[in-house]
Amino acid sequence: MNITIILQQLVNGLSLGSLYGLIAIGYTMVYGVIRLINFAHGDIMMVGTYFALFAATTFLLPWWAAFIVAIALAALLGVFIDKVAYKPLRNASRISSLITAIGVSFLLENLFLVLFGGVPRAFKIPQVFSGVVHLNGVIIPIIALITPIVAIVCLLLLMQILQHTKYGIAMRALSLDMETTRIMGANVDAIIAFVFAIGSALAAIGGIFWALRYPSINPLMGIMPGLKAFAAAVLGGIGSVPGAALGGFIIGITEILVVAFLPSLAGYKDAFAFLLLIFVLLFKPTGIMGEDLEKGRF
Amino acid sequence: MKKNTIFTISAIVVLFLFLLYASHNFSAYNIRILNNVAIFLILAASYNLINGVTGQFSLEPNGFAAIGAYTAAILTLTPAQKSAMFIITPMVPWLQSVHMAFLPALIVAGLVTAFVGFILGFPVFRVRGDYLAIVTLGFGLTIRVVSNNTISITNGALGLKGIGNYTTLWWSWGWAVLAMIVIMRLINSEYGRAMKAVRDDEDAAIAMGINTFRVKMTAFVTSAFFEGVAGGLLAHLITTISPTLFTFFFTFNLLIIIVIGGLGSMTGTAIATVLVIWGSELLRFVEQPMHIFSLTIPGIPGMRMVIFAILLIIIMIFARDGLMGQKEFSWDSFFKFFKKNKKLAK
Amino acid sequence: MVFNKLDKTYIFRYLATNMFGGVFMRRLFGVVTFALFALFIISSTGFSSKAYAKEIKIGVVWPMTGPIASFGQMNWKGAQIAESMVPKTKDGATLKLILLDNKGDKVETANAVSRLITQTHVKAIIGAVASGNTLAAAPIAERYHIPLLSSSATNPLVTKGKKYVSRVCFIDPFQGSVAAKYAINNLHAKTAAVVVDIAQDYSVGLAKFFVQSFTKMGGKIVARTFVQTGDQDFSAQVSAVKAANPDMIYMPTYYQEASLFTRQAKQFGLNQVIMGGDGLESDSLLKVGGKAANGITFTTHYDPKATSGKVGKEFLKRFKAKYKINPDAMAALGADAYLVMVDAINRAGGYKATSEQINKAIRSTKDFHGVTGILTIVNGDAIKSAVVRKVENGKFVYVTTVNP
Repeated sequence: MNITIILQQLVNGLSLGSLYGLIAIGYTMVYGVIRLINFAHGDIMMVGTYFALFAATTFLLPWWAAFIVAIALAALLGVFIDKVAYKPLRNASRISSLITAIGVSFLLENLFLVLFGGVPRAFKIPQVFSGVVHLNGVIIPIIALITPIVAIVCLLLLMQILQHTKYGIAMRALSLDMETTRIMGANVDAIIAFVFAIGSALAAIGGIFWALRYPSINPLMGIMPGLKAFAAAVLGGIGSVPGAALGGFIIGITEILVVAFLPSLAGYKDAFAFLLLIFVLLFKPTGIMGEDLEKGRF
Repeated sequence: MKKNTIFTISAIVVLFLFLLYASHNFSAYNIRILNNVAIFLILAASYNLINGVTGQFSLEPNGFAAIGAYTAAILTLTPAQKSAMFIITPMVPWLQSVHMAFLPALIVAGLVTAFVGFILGFPVFRVRGDYLAIVTLGFGLTIRVVSNNTISITNGALGLKGIGNYTTLWWSWGWAVLAMIVIMRLINSEYGRAMKAVRDDEDAAIAMGINTFRVKMTAFVTSAFFEGVAGGLLAHLITTISPTLFTFFFTFNLLIIIVIGGLGSMTGTAIATVLVIWGSELLRFVEQPMHIFSLTIPGIPGMRMVIFAILLIIIMIFARDGLMGQKEFSWDSFFKFFKKNKKLAK
Repeated sequence: MVFNKLDKTYIFRYLATNMFGGVFMRRLFGVVTFALFALFIISSTGFSSKAYAKEIKIGVVWPMTGPIASFGQMNWKGAQIAESMVPKTKDGATLKLILLDNKGDKVETANAVSRLITQTHVKAIIGAVASGNTLAAAPIAERYHIPLLSSSATNPLVTKGKKYVSRVCFIDPFQGSVAAKYAINNLHAKTAAVVVDIAQDYSVGLAKFFVQSFTKMGGKIVARTFVQTGDQDFSAQVSAVKAANPDMIYMPTYYQEASLFTRQAKQFGLNQVIMGGDGLESDSLLKVGGKAANGITFTTHYDPKATSGKVGKEFLKRFKAKYKINPDAMAALGADAYLVMVDAINRAGGYKATSEQINKAIRSTKDFHGVTGILTIVNGDAIKSAVVRKVENGKFVYVTTVNP
């Protein structure tokens, strides 16, 4: 076991972890504000990659324009889903909105299966993202370098919005007490729509970078990343944005290291995030960076 | 004996007379559907206990049915069958030699599943929040990972083949009736009232001195037991099982059933089970080319699932109560209904 | 009228408040449910097809949706071309194919087969694609003594101990030994790494047969690593294989995993030849794999270039004319399943043949000239040659044919 291999696997883990982190941030935003596990989050990520694919191949947009269009469309989709499926149930019992969320998730998956079939499609990778860098024997795909940077930039931007803008302050207020925020004169529905827009845009960014790394996309691609991202959000402390990013990195790195250094356990890879989730619930339900769940915060 | 009990017993007798008729006169396909209805009734009723009655959103049935199916199948397969089947890695010796009759195997399957339910519920019910849904969803995926990897127990991706076709109408409906009776009695007991209290207002329930952990756990473990048994029955109906059998679609079907029937209503669940199982067989037509008069519409494969998903969302938004809401069928209201009609007729 | 003074929003609000949980919605729900069931009943009665004079019903169970839908769809395309070539039996009876989708799922397969036998009363059944699904159908076919002819179930267990299950494809032990022979003789490999998809019985079985043949011929397995259907990140497995530095890599998975694996392998400088089985043959392998797919070599059932004989050429011509693409192995096997079935019915006595007689005829097929070559069915298994193909410049090219 030499140092090059270990470094190599760490790079692999960081790149996978930043993808989980990106998706987890969106998860934690929505849960933090309206206490709804948005099961469709992973599927919005999938839809985002399809948008990017079609923007680039059918409408022949340059890659950066295609990405921006896809992210914007995914944000709109998130707002739309909230308006149609979640908003009518805001005052209903919690279980009703959870069931609807599962319904939305299942609908997106199967609608895309019917529309585009289950055969994976190739995602075209722009030249910029396809190179590799050799560093002391460690091979680093360019995309593995860019993804963590994108994740951290998104995280910092989001923290800025949350701490220093009117909308951000309103979001934090909303997560503490929806009724009081409404009485204070804030447009609660608009704020929630904004939360969904941000969350879905982040899911789409995660999806696009996922597809740049693993350029085979299919309608069921969002299930596993979505589930692991949720585990990451709980691990980091649900409701905490930096916590979600941290949780994502931890899960990504653990997964890669286990497969690399304990090959006999490689088959159990997908179970680790889940085991981690159980352990967090058992020993530290508030996660690494979270506070008491019943208090809203970021 | 009370009047209503007599009615219930005679209804069950009528059901079994119907089954006696069916087992001699129905085609194999229809008998298979009848068996499916019974198995899904067990699953849906126990699923409704945790979701509808106790109000804890859970997505466990596919994982739990898988455990039940594997446990029961491993127990009823003969040692000779097992050694012929495990061609990649031989089975662990103590499981290899164990062999049981159908009924004890089903009961063991239920107990093993109930135990797994306990282990899963323990971390989840200690904290508040909707973690049960995500933990059980994750569990469903994990059970597939585990059954693929523990080759010396489950035969991995090859699955188990040649399981005895023991599930007859008597077994499946016998268990279905038993499950309904046990769950209904549980709901009407002190525990059942506590479950509804937890569902309606957890804070108030805690204030009333209800041990919510224990109440949720009781509901979850009971569900797990019957789901395990149902998994065992299913394995002995289709005679071959493998990790890919128990996908999330399995759970989704049950979710549709309990939502249509009414979250919290067992009799509603029973009606909805018949509607959905029968309906989804008939719904095959949307995936085949249709001929309406002289018009031909090409079939759209996979359309069934899309329809199911839209149906679920629409019911949740517009008709959250489903068919029965939280009410139950009772003989009193049944007769009252007829009396009213008589009066109207006069 | 009051309405004059009310604006539209009021009406909407009124409707909205009365719709949610109100009597109106309850009734609407009831009406919708009723309408749906009325539709069911109309449609189900509409199923009873018009009775044609002299028609033989053949059930077909293939995955038209779900994870392996692309295989089932190609099977069906091939079978339809074959049907256009030989639409009738020798004594003039029409063959009516009744296709049911099994979604690649065991329960659906069992339901579909049982429905075909007891409701539709078919004489024989063609299907399914995957070995696992065919195994789920087998006990039902055995119980009702209805012949089941699989197009592409290659696992040896499928026909083991069965009287009514047969197939038109070769079996995995043969496929594994062909790959091992090719690796040693043509690639001059002394060591190999094996990458197994632990979630596919196909992959687990084929890997085992390859390892058996490869080690028997003097080769050595230096690394063995596992992936799982649906995995997308293989960087850890690639690094592990690279560390073992084998002469070649045997990866008997489906194309989804192989296409991403080869990309990541090339990225990390793992350039050894990757070999696999018939599960790799898909357009998606070329598209997703891109340049990295070049060099991938696999054993399969068919190559248009290796087509000989009248049937094969006619099939190729018709297929290209109708679908504008070259047929692949699945299309060819779908066609062969149909052609073997018709041939068996002819030999069993045509229109009057019973299921029992058709089954006997299928299982005594000898030197039949099909699309994929000449095949003989022994104990339900087809004995026939295998084709080796490889990817070159983003296309599948023919390498060689290996006889049993």
